[in-house]
Order: sequence, then C-alpha cells, then structure tokens
Amino acid sequence: MSTEPKSAGCLGVAMKRKEDPRFIQGKGHYVDDISMPGMLFLSLVRSPYPHAEIKSIDISEAMQVPGVKAVITGKDLEAAGLGWLPTFHGLDKQMVLAIGKVLFQYQEVAAVFAETRAAAVDGAEAVQVDYAPLPVVADPFTAKTDEVILRPDRENKTNHIYHWEVGDKDKTATALANSPKRIKERIWFQRCHPAPLEPCGCVAHFDSMGRLQFYVTSQAPHVYRTALAIVTGIPEDKIHVVSPDLGGGFGNKVPVYPGYVCAIVGALKIGRPVKWIETRTENLTSTGFARDYHMDVEIGATADGRLTALHVATTADHGAFDAAADPTKYPAGMFGVVTGSYDFPVAHAEVDAYFTNKAPGGIAYRCSFRVTEASYAIERAMDILADELAIDPVELRRKNFVRKEQFPYPSVLGFTYDSGDYQKTLDVTLEKIGYQALLKEQVEKRARGELMGIGFSTFTEVVGAGPSKHFDILGIKMFDSAEIRIHPTGSGIVRTGTKSQGQGHETTWAQIVGEELGLDPQNIMVEEGDTDTAPYGLGTYASRSTPVAGAAIAMAARRVREKARKVAAHMLEVGEADVEWKDYKFQVKGVPAKSVTMKEVAFAAYTNMAQNEPGLEASYYYDPPNMTFPSGAYVAVVDIDRETGEVKVRRFLAVDDCGTIINPLVVEGQIHGGLTEGFAIAFMQEIQYDKEGNNLNTNFTDYLIPTSLETPAWETGKTVTPSPHHPIGAKGVGESPNVGSPAAFVNAVIDALSPLGVRHIDMPITRDKVWRAIRQAEVLTT
Amino acid sequence: MIPAAFTYLRAHTSDEAFAHLQQYGAEARVLAGGQSLIPAMRFRLARPAVLVDINASSDLNVLRVNGNALAVGAIARDSDIERAPWITDRRWSLIRDVSRVVADPVVRQMGTVVGSLCHNDPAGDWTAASLAARAEVTVRGKDGARDVKIDDFLVDSFTTAVGEGEMALGVHFPVADDRTAGAYQKVERKVGDFATAAAAVQLSLNADGTIREAGVALSAAGPCAVRVDEAEQMLRGQRPSAELIRAAGDAASRRSAPQADLRGSVEYKKNLAGVLVVRALRQALSRLGVQA
Repeated sequence: MSTEPKSAGCLGVAMKRKEDPRFIQGKGHYVDDISMPGMLFLSLVRSPYPHAEIKSIDISEAMQVPGVKAVITGKDLEAAGLGWLPTFHGLDKQMVLAIGKVLFQYQEVAAVFAETRAAAVDGAEAVQVDYAPLPVVADPFTAKTDEVILRPDRENKTNHIYHWEVGDKDKTATALANSPKRIKERIWFQRCHPAPLEPCGCVAHFDSMGRLQFYVTSQAPHVYRTALAIVTGIPEDKIHVVSPDLGGGFGNKVPVYPGYVCAIVGALKIGRPVKWIETRTENLTSTGFARDYHMDVEIGATADGRLTALHVATTADHGAFDAAADPTKYPAGMFGVVTGSYDFPVAHAEVDAYFTNKAPGGIAYRCSFRVTEASYAIERAMDILADELAIDPVELRRKNFVRKEQFPYPSVLGFTYDSGDYQKTLDVTLEKIGYQALLKEQVEKRARGELMGIGFSTFTEVVGAGPSKHFDILGIKMFDSAEIRIHPTGSGIVRTGTKSQGQGHETTWAQIVGEELGLDPQNIMVEEGDTDTAPYGLGTYASRSTPVAGAAIAMAARRVREKARKVAAHMLEVGEADVEWKDYKFQVKGVPAKSVTMKEVAFAAYTNMAQNEPGLEASYYYDPPNMTFPSGAYVAVVDIDRETGEVKVRRFLAVDDCGTIINPLVVEGQIHGGLTEGFAIAFMQEIQYDKEGNNLNTNFTDYLIPTSLETPAWETGKTVTPSPHHPIGAKGVGESPNVGSPAAFVNAVIDALSPLGVRHIDMPITRDKVWRAIRQAEVLTT
Repeated sequence: MIPAAFTYLRAHTSDEAFAHLQQYGAEARVLAGGQSLIPAMRFRLARPAVLVDINASSDLNVLRVNGNALAVGAIARDSDIERAPWITDRRWSLIRDVSRVVADPVVRQMGTVVGSLCHNDPAGDWTAASLAARAEVTVRGKDGARDVKIDDFLVDSFTTAVGEGEMALGVHFPVADDRTAGAYQKVERKVGDFATAAAAVQLSLNADGTIREAGVALSAAGPCAVRVDEAEQMLRGQRPSAELIRAAGDAASRRSAPQADLRGSVEYKKNLAGVLVVRALRQALSRLGVQA
C-alpha cells in the first residue's frame, strides 16, 4: 500500500475504480445483507384495483398464519397520526396505507409482520379486503374532464394539480403567428421506470438507547433523517440513517416509500427489528416511475431555417399523488431548459399536471428533473422542422446554436448557461462518424429501396441543483458538503453528503482530494451514506454530486491546504507568505530545492506543529453560484428490416462535453450505462396501463432490460469546456447519455422512414410500430 | 416472490419419481430444469403441494443418437444439446438453431427440452421444432410407457397428453438422412424473451432435388405450436423455387392465429409468421446447397 506523495496530477487519470473489486467479487454490503437477532419481515398487501372503495379489511385469518406477529392498516396509522406522508415536492401528501379507498393498482393496503419472509407473504395473502370498484381515470386527458374526482381529500376538488409556465406567452404567440414556417407535433415521452437491479428496502430497529437505526436504500440519507423526524416526531438526534451499498438508484431511491414508514412503525410497535425488501413487481408497480409527459411542441422559423419562436404545452400524468421529488419552486423541474442548445429569441413553456389512477412519481431515471423530457421534445422537433424546411438537420442545428461567444448565455426561459462550445462538439461528432460518407451511402441505399437512417441529438443539460436562492427540497437548500481528515501518515478520509449508487465516488472523490493536496488517491478513503458521520447534504441524483459535492470536496481540500501551509512554513523556517504550493508540494518561493510534501506536513501537523492548531482537517458546505450545463452531440445510424420492422443500431457515437474530467474511465462507464438506458427507452421500455388502469409491465418479462446481446457497441468522444464557476471546472455527466440519446435513436429511425412520408413515431419504437408505419406507407403508394 | 408451502421429494430414479407421482396424482408436479415452474411458483401462479425433483434420476439423463432416433431424456439440458459434438451435422440444423435461441444462456444451463414440451407454452421453441421434426414423446403411465406423436402430445395451452400421475420420460427425434436440413427463425424483443413469432422448418430432399418431406410449424401462433399442413403439402414433391417458398409463407401467415399482446398486434404477428417461414425455408435449402 503506497502512500507516496503525488508528483503528478490526479485529474483526468483513468484510475481503476476502488469499489469494483468489492462489487465484482460479490462482497458489496446491501440492505438485504443485514440481519439482526429477532428480526421480523414485513410484507405489504397491495390493491388489485386501480380505484376502489375499501369496504372492510379482515385480518383475522392472517393473524392465524403461523409466524405472523401483527397486521396494521391505514386506519391504525391514521389513529397514530401517521396516515399520510408529505411528498418530497412538498405540495402534496400520500397515503402510507390506503385510507378509505385505493387510488392505483398495487397501492399499499396493509402491512403484515412475521417471523420469516415466507410467513409474511402467506400472511399478506390471507388478509381479506372487500373492495367496491370505482370508475377509473387511466390517462390525464380523461382526468382533465373532472368527471371523476380522484382526490376528494384535497381542498380543490379537481384532478388538475398545477399549471406552471415560463416565458412570454403573448410574444411567443405573435412570433409564431408571424413565422413563415411552423411545425407542430404532439410528442409523448412515455411512462417508464428506472428499475434498479436492487429494489428498495430497509431494516428498522430501535436500539437499547431507544434510537432508531434505519438502514435503507436511499440516495439522500440526510433528507430521509429530516423527513422522518418531521413525519414521526422522533427527535432527529435519535434517528440514525445508514445507506449501505446500493445496487443502482437512478432516482428511484430518492422518495420515501410507505414500506419504510411501515417498517419503522412495526419495529416500534412490536419492539423487534423489521426488514422490508420489495419484490421486483412491487418496485415496478409502486415506486417512482419516470416521464409520462405529453408535449405539444410548436416551432416557428424563417424560410431559411432561423428559429423565431418555441411554444411547448405539456399535459403531465403524475399518478395518484404528486410525488415527483422536485425542488419546491420547480413543480415541472428544469423543464425550462426546453430551448436546448438553440438561440430562440422568444419562447413559452407550460405544464399542466393531473392526477390519474396510476402509481405516483415522475422524477427518476437520470432525468435531471424533467431535462430528459425537454431535451427529447426539442431535439425531436428540430428534426421535424428540418424535414419541413427540407434542410439537413445538422445545418438547421448549426445555424441556430448558441454561439461560443454568447456564454454566459441567458436563455429566454430564465437559465444562465455557464459555458459550452456546441459547434466544436458537433464538428468532432461529424468528423468521427464520417457524416459525408454516411450520407452518400444513404443515397445509394435509398435508391435500392433500403431503409437507412442517421439521427442527431445536440442537447444541453442543466444539472447541479442547486443555488440556495432557487432550490430546496422540503425547505432544505440544495447545497452539499465535504469533510476531509488527513491522517499523520499522509492518508486520509473524505466524507460527503452524497451517496454513490454505482457512480464511482469512492474513486473520483479521492482523486479530487489527491489533486488538491498532492496525496495518493489510493489512500484517500471515501465514506458516504451514514448520517452520524457524514456532513449534511442533499444526496446523489440529477447529476448533482460532482457539480455540488465535488466542489465542496475541492473547497474543503483547499482549506486543509491553507492549514497545512502554516505547518509547512514552520517546517521550512520561513514566514507563511513565503510558502507557495507548486508542483503538488510546498516550497519556499523561488527556491524549489527547499520544499516539503503534504505527506511530510501531515506528519508534522500531529508531531511538530509548533504554535499551530494540531491536526489536519476541514469541512466545506458548498452553495453553488449557478447550475452547470453539460452538452453533447450524439449520432445514431440505423438500418431497418422492411419485412419485420426490426431496427438495427449499426453505430452510435456520443461526444460529450462535461467540462473537466476527473476520471475518464468513470465518465466512459457512466456514458455506456446511460446510453444503454436511452436505447432501452427508445426501443423497449414502457410502463403501460390498459384502459381499466391495470399495470401491464409488472416484471422483467414485460418490462425489458437490454442485455449485452441487444446493446449496440458504443463509440464515445469528448470536448472539454470547463464550467467557469466550478472550483475544478467539472459539470457532471451521469444524466447526459440518458437525456441526450433517445432523440438520436428516434431521429435516426424517422430519418430512415422519411422517404415513406413518416414524420413521427412515439417511443418505445417497437418492431410492430415500425412495420405498421412501413405497411401504411406501402398501402398509400399502391 | 415466495412460493406457497410445498413438499419436496427427490427421486433418484425414474421408477421412484413415477411412484411419487402415482401416489400424489394431481397434487404433484415434476421438477426438471424448473425454468418455467419455479417462476410460476414464486408468483404463486402454480401452487403444487408436492414437487418431485427428477434432477438426480440419472436414468433420465440421456442424450444420444440411438439407431433410428435422437433420444433426449427428461433431464437433458438445452445447453447439453447446444454443445453436443454431433450437433454441427446439418441434419440436426433445426435442433441446433433452437438450442441456441431458447431463452438465454443462463436459462439453457438448467432448462430441458422435455420440460419445455410438458410446459407447452404457446410461445415455446421446442414445441414448434418438435412438430417440424415429427418428434414423439415417451410417456409413462399405469400401463407402462407409450410413444405419443407430438401432434397428439400438444393438447392445448399448458396442457399435454401427460395424464394425472404420469410422467414424460423423453422425446425422440427421428434420425434424418444426410439430405435433410432445417432452420429455426425467431423474432424476440430481447434475448431471453419468448418468441413474438417463430418458424421451424425441416426439409428432406430426394436425389433429384425435389422435396421428399417437409415439416413447417409456428410458435406464438395459437393456443399452442401449430403445424402448417397446407405449406407442408405444397412443398412435398416439388422442386424448390422462390414462388413455392412465398406460397408456403403465405400459407403460414394464414394459418397463424396469434393473440395481440405486448409483443405485437395480431396483424404484425401473422405477417411475421409468413416472413419467418420464408426465411427458414431459404436457410434450410441453403444448408442443402440449394438457392431459391
């Protein structure tokens, strides 16, 4: 084990992930690995009906099942003041266990506690619930009519949750009316689900001190602690939340779920530890879904393709409760980034959200708070406009990009884009993919009747929530934090308020510390997820870890360095002002031969600190001055089988600009994973409900996760435009490939089908849909 | 995902297994590879009171070309077939194609041909292949073992000729001559998925190049796999041609009676049935050195 000081930088180094040997060898420690003496298991009774009155619940038979210790229902929780749970959005609440009626299929109705997992499931099966079905509202357009009011518990007797808008409505309408060219299309981003391989779960235990020990699959453990304190009334110091290794999250593990509350109530009531682990079906049917935005997109342009105006009117399906975990002031998240990479002179975006008899959620799946929907809408619509104008979609984009010299760029919908060089990123993509040769090939293929398509997406993201003046969750500002301790021998530990679910924080955080302090990142331990030890932070989602916590780490490390400088001055026998940090060590200004390494200073900080405060540690709470704006230029090349509708993604190139790269290997991994998800969304994934509100995708047979065999071979590239306001210039990358890729896939398919007159197909683009589009065109032409 | 309680019995011979099945009758289910039964039990869609595990019954671990038949015992795995040394011979090309696309590689390590036939999923792969290859299943009942033609074996969705207290011991594929080849064409949404549509064909040629025998069957085209008699009759005795193949495909499309589901509409699946039969016939002929 080396603790040798670094003579070279740690940023941009493809260090292998420190956490991988543990994960690859099956040595990760997950919530379901936790076992405690006397631990009970919780199983939830769930509703088979999407909307029904609960006439009665009979638990007598369940209590007879061997091993069953207790059954609780919504009425029990209501009596204890725990019937409802505030959603993270803060503007609604949701039932923990159904009270009076159920509002979606698979809603939680009763909680059964038993000695074994099997007994708990048997007990849940034995609970008799008498339902009287009610009329079902299975889509937001039906909800709009208010013929059936789903939430009489709310003050306003309507299914309409909110209207949100940004931009100049009148000017946009006028500009559109005066535009020589206009396109309008309804673009639906279907309901999908992030489906982390590890479902949600927890172990709740009140220890001998009466303190709640809560192990949980959480992307935001501190927020959970505060939320639990508020909901349960348990003082916050008596709550210890630990989020151990997580098997993926993708936003699915941000909300607090009813199962968690039930486990805590059971542990308190029965006086024994309680474990709850979801099944795959429960995860897919009841936890945070993603998207479900119906977007009417309208773009105006001049005849030669200069953009004049954008209007987007969205109808959003939020399900039974408004549980989209958005920042308080942003009910539609960052949807205002819908102008994308383009310099629109005027724009107007609005979202109307509705309750339906479906599972709640909406903010998940690497979406950066609705950036995915916004990005898909604009990138799809740009291709439709290019088709209408009969110009190359690449040229249309190029013509309207926000130009390099316009940054910091104030978008008409209220964001200040920090930096970017969209032309350059696109140029790299065109060069690398060989665009001209592909166009030539396409002409030849089309002449032979073959269907080949090339699709672009040149997206801009907004991530790193966020500055305290705008962003909070339940009132808590969206800062993040880091605490660094350097040990006497020059190794150390860094703790943050974030929580890796596979992002590689154990490696990249150590690299930031290594870079700032000239220490070996192999010996910088990273610890996250334990609210007793980690400083308070808002967690990991929406690509916020590097922009916010990553900045906090750099700033904390710089504080450590300032402290170390004093010790170095003592060691070098000069005044502090004469010490400079150069080449990853302290040296006497102008005398490189007189220097000390951070490792030497660390030892002195504990052994020879003179008048200086002993020890070498610091913490930093970072309130970002702005969001960061990663961007990318993606291209997909597809071939379509006319007879079967099969789309083969022949090539896919993602050129990303996420600012300064900490670890190219980790970035590459994030991009591969996100592209695979984008591919799945474009071609396979949809949480479908039938007209009666039945969920049709309740397991992995019906909700598809691509394997390596279907997944295209990804090609990647990069440009680096650092963020001017981030301490190391990094922007975040986790969401980018999921945000940017769906439009590229769909644009490629539509490009392939465009000779047949096809203008748009909603995702997921199944073979059946493609075949029908081809068939329809053939029928029309014969 | 926890099955209802059941009694587990491990049989070390087929005799022992048969005795258990006779004792418990309809309450018992045979556990071979378990790749369909175990998930069904975990979802509590199947709740057998007794599971008779035949995985230790080594007399059922049979996979050999035996005189005039390829014998596949009840616990021979899909992966055993995939890796059998003789499998590359073109006369087994249909069987080989299927063994490479059943479910996914992990499932094939445990899944069995006989188990798949007994499960008789409408979208199974081995069912359609067995029809095209004219296989027979050996079923042991009170009166001893009997061979059942695959057409009679596949009764209805998830229903076979195996009666209460009986068990399937193995399946026999007749050994084809060396002017025989087949092909299996499957469209699936992803690896491991059931077929959206699939076509199994097997052709034997006469010395003069005409078709002596033809097997054409579809999966995911009805309550269980179906034989396309019309196509078989069309092909028999004829010299292969593009028109003949297209006509056989059209017959398959007409014969296909699928259900609309998340994999596709009825119209789409009927189209696929025709397309896949055409492609499978071309592939089989190409394996016989005939371009059509």
